[in-house]
Amino acid sequence: MSQSDTDFLQEVADSDYKYGFVTDIEADTVPKGLNEAVIRLISEKKEEPEWMLERRLKAFRHWLTLQEKDKYPRWAHIKYPDVDFQNISYYSAPNNKPKYESLDEVDPELLETFSKLGISLEEQKRLTGVAVDIVMDSVSVATTFSDQLAELGIIFCSFGEAVEKHPELIKKYMGSVVPYTDNFYACLNSAVFSDGSFCYIPKGVRCPMELSTYFRINEAGTGQFERTLIIAEEGSYVSYLEGCTAPMRDENQMHAAIVEIIAHKDAEVKYSTIQNWYPGNEEGKGGIYNFVTKRGICAGDNAKISWTQLETGSAITWKYPSVILKGDHSVGEFYSVAFTKGKQQADTGTKMIHLGKNTRSTIISKGISAGNSQNSYRGLVKVNAKAEGARNFSQCDSMLLGDRCGAHTFPYLEIENPTAQVEHEATTSKVGEDQIFYCNQRGIGEEEAIKLIVNGFCKDILAKLPMEFAIEAQKLLAIELEGSVG
Amino acid sequence: MLEIKDLHASIEDMQILKGLNLTVNPGEVHAIMGPNGSGKSTLASVLAGREDYEVTNGSISFMGEDLLEMEPDERALAGIFLAFQYPVELPGVSMSNFLKQAINAKREHLGQDPITAAEFMKLMKEKAELVHLNPDLKRRSVNEGFSGGEKKRNEIFQMALLEPQLAILDETDSGLDIDALRIVSDGVNQLRSADRGFVVITHYQRLLDYIVPDIVHVLLDGRIVRSGDKDLALQLEEKGYDWIKDDVLV
Repeated sequence: MSQSDTDFLQEVADSDYKYGFVTDIEADTVPKGLNEAVIRLISEKKEEPEWMLERRLKAFRHWLTLQEKDKYPRWAHIKYPDVDFQNISYYSAPNNKPKYESLDEVDPELLETFSKLGISLEEQKRLTGVAVDIVMDSVSVATTFSDQLAELGIIFCSFGEAVEKHPELIKKYMGSVVPYTDNFYACLNSAVFSDGSFCYIPKGVRCPMELSTYFRINEAGTGQFERTLIIAEEGSYVSYLEGCTAPMRDENQMHAAIVEIIAHKDAEVKYSTIQNWYPGNEEGKGGIYNFVTKRGICAGDNAKISWTQLETGSAITWKYPSVILKGDHSVGEFYSVAFTKGKQQADTGTKMIHLGKNTRSTIISKGISAGNSQNSYRGLVKVNAKAEGARNFSQCDSMLLGDRCGAHTFPYLEIENPTAQVEHEATTSKVGEDQIFYCNQRGIGEEEAIKLIVNGFCKDILAKLPMEFAIEAQKLLAIELEGSVG
Repeated sequence: MLEIKDLHASIEDMQILKGLNLTVNPGEVHAIMGPNGSGKSTLASVLAGREDYEVTNGSISFMGEDLLEMEPDERALAGIFLAFQYPVELPGVSMSNFLKQAINAKREHLGQDPITAAEFMKLMKEKAELVHLNPDLKRRSVNEGFSGGEKKRNEIFQMALLEPQLAILDETDSGLDIDALRIVSDGVNQLRSADRGFVVITHYQRLLDYIVPDIVHVLLDGRIVRSGDKDLALQLEEKGYDWIKDDVLV
């Protein structure tokens, strides 16, 4: 790499998270520490029914036994100091008091980022916590959406509301894909989850809108331990987007979310996410630890679940959106772009568990590492003895920007049926000096050249995102690459 | 427009150019011929500013400016275009995206507004015809999956779009069949003009049947040892480089 390329990459890698601004948040918070009394308090504050409290306590008791054994998982290719679970506050009610009176008080750089991302003024206010007018566009928009969805029988509400209004669905499906015994963090979440989203699409209904739009308007203070549950009944379809390109800063360092998806016969769920949590300062301090368990089940024949993700944030990401292909002819897909810089560490990938006959899965993962970051793909393809004719295609490409970062690929294959067809391709490339020089020779500057090349590398994945977000995602990547320049 | 004086350049401590002198005036086509290892491609790389090469002595002035002080992209914006011997692939980067960025970089440099979508489409179509490129090409990734001939035609296509002051063709004829050679040469000939200079680097006289040079130079061991009109190329074809070598030694 030539000197100037290295300089630029260095600059990118060292650039601060310019959106990080700290404000004192007034919140209704429980004392630090975790014990049965805290669990009861959380449940009480959320005015939950007894059966939900029982579930929480059951999970908590199991979690205590995990503590005794091996504390927490150590197999991922990430390093971080032990988390003191007694030094965390497990409940913080969202506070709706405005942080600012007008946008003038908000960090101008943050606002610049928003306008680069094309986020509307109203939404900028909401995201930064500016007091909004009584009549706010987005509220009426949300109401319109709400009515439209209700007419179709689609339920879309907070998890807490679903516990109250649709207990039969929660009882039946919560924990059915990710049981509390699944892993350390899933267990913790099951005990202390704050809130999240619930989505139910009735039989034969095609959700007429990207639930993203709705979600962005309604998302507020979902908290540290989110839970999302999506149920698609027979023959239904929904496209759902969680997260936002807008940078997210949180007081809570550790996030342990759970997402569960159930797709019945002939149903299709498309789940997309853009994650841009605070990655920490240049030393990697203060960034979010993101330990997420996401899993879907194709419960019936011909069901389809696809995960598409763009990961640019967090100090540490530990995340493997997976699909259990139970129904015959069901399809699972995983498309991922993970960008790391500074001292970020990401260990992400998927699990495709083939149980049904003629099930198919596709995995395409693109990792881009800059600075001193470590970016790992970890994926399991398992074909059960009874899964006749299962097929998988995996492709894992890594791109290195600079020479102090790392890209790693850990594919696991467990094939118990001889008729399975499994393909795996992996490449690692450096953004070539040749490529940059070629762009330079056409008059394109270095920074723009790197943006072009990286965007080209991710193009196939970004194209899987819902249109509006694909464009935002592209801009987000460009901003991330820009670093402190400009 | 281009004045190279006593140019010495090396790569990884190996001296390649050993005192090269060359002057190109607007409207002239200069052919540079020479055996393998004589420094032809090094000259092209040094002009374009590839950083692997170190200039140890001499000077290059381009349109009155010190070229050696400029970054590769600044040289491009100033009007130097290099048609690569091995065009580089940019996976996932569409031709239209790439070219629009290149054109707009130039327009910005000239203080002009970015090109409109309609103008751009028209320009692409017009220039693609020049080298018989399929217009579908613009949706493909830059050079990815292009045949050898397509890659070379793509270079000339880009040259036509960017309208440089000085075009350097680095063995553009290598790997081309006779039909492709004719198409590429036709493209170049249409771009010849009174205010544009060309440096055509080639192994073979064949290309010069199509792109007829004003001056032919023979490069040997890092220096231009002989210059003449197009007949010099024919003589070389007939007698080989040894003829010059012997001659120079005598």
